Amino acid sequence: MSIVEESKGVWVFIEQNGGKIEGVSLELLGAGRKLADKLQVPLAGMLLGDGIKSLSSQVITYGADEVYLVDHPVLKTYRTESYMKSAFHLIKKFKPEILLYGATSNGKDLASALATDLATGLTADTTHLDIDLENRLLEASRPAFGGNIMATILCKKQRPQMATVRPKVMKELEPDTSRQGKIFEETVELKESDMRTKVLKIVNDVTNKANLADAHVIVCGGKGMGTEENFQLLYQLADVIGATVGGTRDVVEAGWLPHHMQIGQTGETVSPKIYIGVAVSGAIQHTVGMIHSDLIIAINKDPNAPIFDSAHYGLVGDAMEIVPMLIEQFKQMRNAKGGEISYA
Amino acid sequence: MHIVVCVKQVPDTKIIKINPKTNTLDRKSAPAILNPFDAHAVQEAVKIKRLTGGTVSVLSMGPPQAVDVIKESVEIGADRGYLISDRAFAGADTLATSYALSKAMEKIGKEIPVDMVICGKHAIDGDTGQVGPGLARRLDVPPVTNVLEVSEVNAKENTVLLKRKLTSGYELVQANLPCLLTVEKEINEVEYSALPDMIKAAKYKPVVWTVDDLVNVDRTQLGLKGSPTVVGKSFTPPKPEGGQKLQGSSKDQVKKLMEVLQDKKNLLFQSSN
Ligand SMILES: Cc1cc2nc3c(=O)[nH]c(=O)nc-3n(C[C@H](O)[C@H](O)[C@H](O)COP(=O)(O)OP(=O)(O)OC[C@H]3O[C@@H](n4cnc5c(N)ncnc54)[C@H](O)[C@@H]3O)c2cc1C
Ligand SMILES: Nc1ncnc2c1ncn2[C@@H]1O[C@H](COP(=O)(O)O)[C@@H](O)[C@H]1O
Repeated sequence: MSIVEESKGVWVFIEQNGGKIEGVSLELLGAGRKLADKLQVPLAGMLLGDGIKSLSSQVITYGADEVYLVDHPVLKTYRTESYMKSAFHLIKKFKPEILLYGATSNGKDLASALATDLATGLTADTTHLDIDLENRLLEASRPAFGGNIMATILCKKQRPQMATVRPKVMKELEPDTSRQGKIFEETVELKESDMRTKVLKIVNDVTNKANLADAHVIVCGGKGMGTEENFQLLYQLADVIGATVGGTRDVVEAGWLPHHMQIGQTGETVSPKIYIGVAVSGAIQHTVGMIHSDLIIAINKDPNAPIFDSAHYGLVGDAMEIVPMLIEQFKQMRNAKGGEISYA
Repeated sequence: MHIVVCVKQVPDTKIIKINPKTNTLDRKSAPAILNPFDAHAVQEAVKIKRLTGGTVSVLSMGPPQAVDVIKESVEIGADRGYLISDRAFAGADTLATSYALSKAMEKIGKEIPVDMVICGKHAIDGDTGQVGPGLARRLDVPPVTNVLEVSEVNAKENTVLLKRKLTSGYELVQANLPCLLTVEKEINEVEYSALPDMIKAAKYKPVVWTVDDLVNVDRTQLGLKGSPTVVGKSFTPPKPEGGQKLQGSSKDQVKKLMEVLQDKKNLLFQSSN
């Protein structure tokens, strides 16, 4: 049997840090469930760490039929080589056809190293997953370089088909505690003395993290604001409506905003209740990061700007004229409501 | 210390523009540049060399014009440059790229053994960040990705101390040499050299190898043939349902928008009490 025929099942790498499963892994269980159902195969979580067996039930609750795990003291903190070796063992033995990872520092690191040892294909930073049922192929899509289009990447001859997936793009399932699953525990020989890296300290830095991901309303500014000074106008708008200010990559590169406030393929993925894009052209690398917002409003002076294809409501005109009007209107509304604006 | 930095020539995505009518990229308008992350990688190698002494080499795979990014690396302070250029490498995905680079690296290592490899966090065109860790596996050295700072190089113990970026925060990692790092932009400021050195750099002629110059190469692992991923169809993402442009003067449009928002009572503007 060929590797393609032999390989069965959809797997998700369950990334845990200090015994807590990362949100993106739960999102991927949601996405993986759909893929597995289409292919009519089981969905499994691949769980690696130290003292993490108890997390299996959570993995099952969020949609998995099976959990494949290696529990070992050497796996206490993420390191490429120890995680790689353990994952490689599981993959070689149980042969999944698809394996998904969150596009986090560690997820990307592990996936890239494994792809090399497995000599298989890996698609980076995907934002869309589907199955070509006829050929039983994973269709992993990402913004194409060179056009406002998405490109679907396939891996036809090697298995598993692998992809890293952007956080906050897929939706997790409602946890169901009545779900039952099977747990397969494997032992892998790992020795601390063989390790060529050591993690000396982990520092959690929550203060410096973009609050973009949690914002209910985002005002996103683009390069069309012209100058850093004009860009300040957006803070006034944000202030009135209780929004957070983000920007495009061009804005970050101009130095008007720090990188962690960048929205898009190489920045944050956001899904606020309201996204207001001001003088943003709407390149696909940007829109993949905001398209899941509940309500998208775009302001651009060019009626042909691609952002209007992603917006629920578009205003065609000069931002320097429209934004002050909006500030005024929102102020009136706020006063009429007697205080702050809050969001459902 | 012998540090080899992998540098890639990429189109300048800041200048390159997408034609909104045809939805395609105007490639002619795009000058080719040194991948910005790789400039930081070269700079970091030069900084380390100032402390430890040794040699900084750069390695690039690409068309003949890619010598330009090697010259730019020399301007930043690299001592030697190698370009591997051959039709056989064309169309490589990340797996085939790391294979070709590893074969060149083996040959460079025969000239002077390699203590450290530095790559950029990702290339701004393909944007995968997969080549670095892949190359580390092929060279059988530990990879440390997303490095924010090289805090210490201990040549006696043969270790380095690194600050590695995590999703929320960072970690301190000690790695044995040889190892491979991929670096973030925050790691340093790129300094270009003074005029006399710039002239020297402009005249610099890198070593150019074709596939025949490399040893023990399995050609089935190169280029398009060696790439397990293929690009299937492409598509435009679906437009949001009922998307519309508001009509009229700026003032009218703002007024209409306010009405829309008023209607979406479940979305906003409930007073906070
Ligand atoms: C691999 C890769 C990754 C990328 N990742 C990201 C990413 O994560 N995030 C991201 O945002 N981009 C990313 N980009 C860049 C992306 O392709 C676009 O170049 C970028 O989003 C454009 O930024 P912008 O809309 O601010 O600027 P521009 O494209 O320059 O658009 C400015 C807009 O402002 C309008 N305008 C000008 N003046 C006014 C005015 N007075 N009033 C109203 N409108 C006005 C113009 O009509 C224009 O539409 C990436 C690109 C690549 C190749
Ligand atoms: N063709 C190439 N030649 C030299 N180095 C490369 C090449 N492609 C990728 N790299 C290195 O790998 C890093 C990550 O690239 P990528 O995986 O394509 O995002 C780059 O920053 C370079 O250091």
